[in-house]
Amino acid sequence: MAVPPTIRVQPENFDLSAEIDRLTAERADVGAMVTFTGLCRDEGGSLNALELEHYPGMAEAEMRRIGQLAIKRFSLLGLTAIHRYGRIAPGENIVLVIATASHRQAAFDGANFVMDFLKTAAPFWKKEHLADGSQGDWVSAKDADDAARDKWLER
Amino acid sequence: MVKLVYFAWVRERIDKAEEEIDLPDSVKTGRDLLNHLKTLGEGYEAALEYPEVIRLAINQEHVEHDEPIAGAREIGIFPPMTGG
Repeated sequence: MAVPPTIRVQPENFDLSAEIDRLTAERADVGAMVTFTGLCRDEGGSLNALELEHYPGMAEAEMRRIGQLAIKRFSLLGLTAIHRYGRIAPGENIVLVIATASHRQAAFDGANFVMDFLKTAAPFWKKEHLADGSQGDWVSAKDADDAARDKWLER
Repeated sequence: MVKLVYFAWVRERIDKAEEEIDLPDSVKTGRDLLNHLKTLGEGYEAALEYPEVIRLAINQEHVEHDEPIAGAREIGIFPPMTGG
């Protein structure tokens, strides 16, 4: 029986060490843990904040679906994925993925897989607020992100 | 009646986050829906000018444009996703 992923979509920040503890407390079978944190960049000083919009309900459901695929495919022992929404300033966290496994390759691949699918299939959108006070554009989807996802479909 | 929910620049251009609408019987697929919405006014036309880039979800699951929409309670209409 595979473990269920821990999925959260929330406006508030997350605590990396608390999330690590949740995946490792009172167990001794975890041999590898990979954590990925995505942060808001200031884009050379031009960005004041990102506004993260999401599709409530579907965002959690897609993240859970992706997490379950990763757990099954890489035999992960645990998986946590947290995505924030709302206004996020440069330097702040946006997304966290933690994958635990018996060995390192599965943990690396599991976290990588979850991020590649999360970027292309989880319903979140970023809008820029610029440092000069003007409203920037919606961030465009990148072909490179689709290509990164598609690599997993070929393997 | 079906509930339509819009996100990101689709929401901004249509100037609504959601609405419930009656659809004519001729609207059978996601593609038909986008083509129908484009006739409802300038905002819809601007939002759906390039329908091929628009993503659809029926009852909160991703679908292709040729998916039948019969029985859908909620249809999400949005641009390509940019989270992470």
